Amino acid sequence: MYGKKVKLRFLFLVLLLTSVILAVFLILQSLKDNVVYFQSPSEINSLIELEKKKIRIGGMVKKKSIIINSNEVNFIITDFKNEINVTYSGAVPNLFAEGKGVVAEGFLKDKNYFSATKILAKHDENYMPPEVKEALGVK
Amino acid sequence: MLANQIGYYSLILGLMLSVLLCGVSIKDFNRSSKQINQNVLSLSFLQLVFVIVSFLSLILSFVNSDFSNETVFNNSHTTKPLFYKISGTWGNHEGSLLLWLLVLTLFIFLFLIKSKTQPKKYRILTLLFQQIIIIGFFLFVLMTSNPFNYLFPIPNEGLGLNPILQDPALAIHPPILYLGYVGTSIIFSSSLAAVTQNYVSKEWGQHIKKWVLVSWIFLSLGIMLGSIWAYYELGWGGFWFWDPVENVSLMPWLALTALLHCIVVLERRAALKSWVIILSITTFTLSMCGTFLVRSGILNSVHTFANDPARGIFILIFLFVLIVLSLGIFFIFHKENNKNLNNFFWLSRETSILINNWFMMYFLSVVLIGTVYPIFLDVISSEKISVGPPFYHKLIAPFLIPFLLFMSVGPKLKWVKSKVENKYSLILTFAVSVTLAFFIIKNLTADILFYTVLVSAAFFLFFTTLKELFIQKLNNTSQAIAHLGFSLLILSILFNSILSSEIITNMKVGEKYNYSKGEIFFKKIEERKESNFNSIIAYFEVKDLKGRMVELKPEIRIYNQPIIVTSEADIKTTLLEDKFIVMNLVKGNEYFNIRYQVKPFMVWIWISVLLLSLGGAMGLFKTRT
Repeated sequence: MYGKKVKLRFLFLVLLLTSVILAVFLILQSLKDNVVYFQSPSEINSLIELEKKKIRIGGMVKKKSIIINSNEVNFIITDFKNEINVTYSGAVPNLFAEGKGVVAEGFLKDKNYFSATKILAKHDENYMPPEVKEALGVK
Repeated sequence: MLANQIGYYSLILGLMLSVLLCGVSIKDFNRSSKQINQNVLSLSFLQLVFVIVSFLSLILSFVNSDFSNETVFNNSHTTKPLFYKISGTWGNHEGSLLLWLLVLTLFIFLFLIKSKTQPKKYRILTLLFQQIIIIGFFLFVLMTSNPFNYLFPIPNEGLGLNPILQDPALAIHPPILYLGYVGTSIIFSSSLAAVTQNYVSKEWGQHIKKWVLVSWIFLSLGIMLGSIWAYYELGWGGFWFWDPVENVSLMPWLALTALLHCIVVLERRAALKSWVIILSITTFTLSMCGTFLVRSGILNSVHTFANDPARGIFILIFLFVLIVLSLGIFFIFHKENNKNLNNFFWLSRETSILINNWFMMYFLSVVLIGTVYPIFLDVISSEKISVGPPFYHKLIAPFLIPFLLFMSVGPKLKWVKSKVENKYSLILTFAVSVTLAFFIIKNLTADILFYTVLVSAAFFLFFTTLKELFIQKLNNTSQAIAHLGFSLLILSILFNSILSSEIITNMKVGEKYNYSKGEIFFKKIEERKESNFNSIIAYFEVKDLKGRMVELKPEIRIYNQPIIVTSEADIKTTLLEDKFIVMNLVKGNEYFNIRYQVKPFMVWIWISVLLLSLGGAMGLFKTRT
C-alpha cells in the first residue's frame, strides 16, 4: 500500500521516538536515585522520620568544637538554633575552620549524629554557600 | 589614569563603529559588485583595533597597579608578580567580558578576510549577525560591567586576586577556552546567513568546517587546561567533578563535536541541512547559556566573580532575543530540500554519523538535565539539591559501549551504500580486545563483566584506529588520530578510575603511617616568606613495598592579600602513574590533614586530549583532493 520509502521513514520515526522516550525515562529515573538534598540542622531536628539517603548539611562550624585525632575529625555544625555532631574521616578543605561556613555530605545516624563522607571545598574566606546563608537567615 | 580613559573611549568608539558597520554593509548589500566594499573590511579592522586598544589599556592599568580603576582595585595588588598582574586582567568579570568582545571582533575580521571566495551577500549577512552579537556585548560591558570605572579617592592598595587563580594553567585557560567558546559565534552567524541566502550547501559545509574545527580545538584545549588546574590546585584529587561549571563547558563541546561530524555529511552529500543549522544555533546558545549561568551567580564557583542581578537579567534577555531571532530566521527562510534524503541507506557512513549524533545528543541531554534540574527545582520549590557524579556515571558509562563500537566500525564504511569489509579481521580484532580486557580487568575490580565489556569496546576502537593509521592507506589521518586520541582518553580514564588508590589521614610532624602498600613518613616542616604569601612546606617520604622512596613536598600558602589559605599539591608524574599529595591545616591543631593518592595513567588523559586536538588541527590544514 505504502511505498518502501514511507515505510522506512515511519520505522525511523518510531525508532527515534522510542529511543527519546527511553532516554528521558532513564534520565529521570536515575535523577531520582542520585539527587542529594540539602538540609539545615533545624530542618533535621524537625524531621519525623530519619532519611536513609545521602544528604547534605550546611551551617557554621561551632566555635571550639573541632576535635582531631589521627583518623577522625569531629565537629559540630550549627545554624544557631539547632546543632548536630559530625564525625568525618577524610580530607578537609583549606577553609574548614571554626566559625566558618561548611557543607558536609553524608548519612544521618540519628537526629544528633551525622557521619560525613565529604566536606565540600570553598573558594574564599568570605564565601558562604547560598544554602548556608538561607539556613542561617542571612540576607 | 590616562589608560583608563583611552580604554573607555575606545569601547564607545568600537560600539559606534558597530552601528556604522551595519549601515555601510547594508548599503553595500544591494550593490551589484562581486566583492565586499573595501570600507567594510577597513571598518571591521578598525573595530578590532579599538577593542585591542581598550584591552591593552586595561592590561596597562593592571601592570601599573592603577587603583583609580575599580576593576584593578578589586582584583590586583602591588605585591602580585607581574605575570599574574597581566593574567589578572581576564581573571575577573569585567576583564573577561572584554576578552569576549576581543574574540568576537577578532573572529569576524578573520572571517571576512578568509572568506573571499564565498558569495558576497552571505558574507555581509554573517557580518551583520555577528555585529548584533557584538553590539549586545558592547552594551553589556558598557552598561553593567564597565572595566574602566573610576574610583575616587584613589586607594593605596588593591584587594588582590584570589590566590587560587594565580596559576600558570589558569592564566592561559580563559583566552584558550574563549577562542573556542566565543568562536562558536561565527558558526552561529554564518549558519543564519547561509539559511537566509539558501546557501546551506556542500561549498558552505566545506568552508564552515574549518571554523567549526578551530572552535572545537580551542574548546578541547581550554577544557583540558581548566581540568589540569582543578587537578593540582583544588586538591580534590581528580580531574573532573561534574561540577555545573565544568558541565557548561562540556555541553557546547558535545554539540560542537556532533556538528563537526554532520558537517562532513553536508560537505560530501549535501544532506542533513536542517540538522546542521539547528546544531550551529544550539552550540552558540549553549555557550551563551553557560555564560549566563556562570556570570549571573546562579552557579557558585570560582568563576562567579560578583553577583549582580542586573548582569544576569541582561544576558538572559539577550539570550532570549538571540534564540527567538535565530529560530525565526530558521523557520521563515529554511527550505528543506528532500531530494538527497532519498538515497539514505542503513549501512553507510552517513548513517553511522547520524548514530554518533544521536549518542552525542543523549550525552548532551544527560549533562543538561543534571546541570539545570537543581536550578529549576530551586526556582520552583526552593528545595536545594545537588546532582552528584554517580548520576552521570550511571547514565553515560553504559552508553559508551555501543558508542565506541559504532565509532570503530563507522569510519570504515563508505558513503551512500556500503558493506562491512574485512569482516574477519574486525572479528579477530574484537576477540583480541575482549581477551585482553578480560585478563587485565579480572584481578582489578569486582564488577568484572561491566568493565570488561567497556574496556573491550575502548580497546576495539583503539586497535581498529591504530591499524587504520599504520597498515591501511592514510586517507584520513586527522580523523584517525582524533579517534585514537578519544579511545586513549576513555582507556586512561577507565584505568585511572579503577586503579586509583587513596590514603587520607591526620598526621603530626615526625609520625609514620603504615598502610597495605607502603609507608608515609612526615619528616619535617619548613616555613618560607614570599612577597605575597607565607608558606609552610612539608617534607614527606613515601616508600612502597619494594622500598622505593619518593620525596613529596606539598605546601600550604597563606596569602596576605586577600587573606586566603591554599594548599599546593605536590605531584610526581611518571608515564605510568602520578603520586599526588596534598595537606591541609586545621587551625589550632597540631595535626595536618593528609591526602595521598596514586593515580595511574593520569598524564595519558592530557596526552589523549592533545592527540584529539592534534587530529583536529591536521584536519584544518588538510586540503581535500
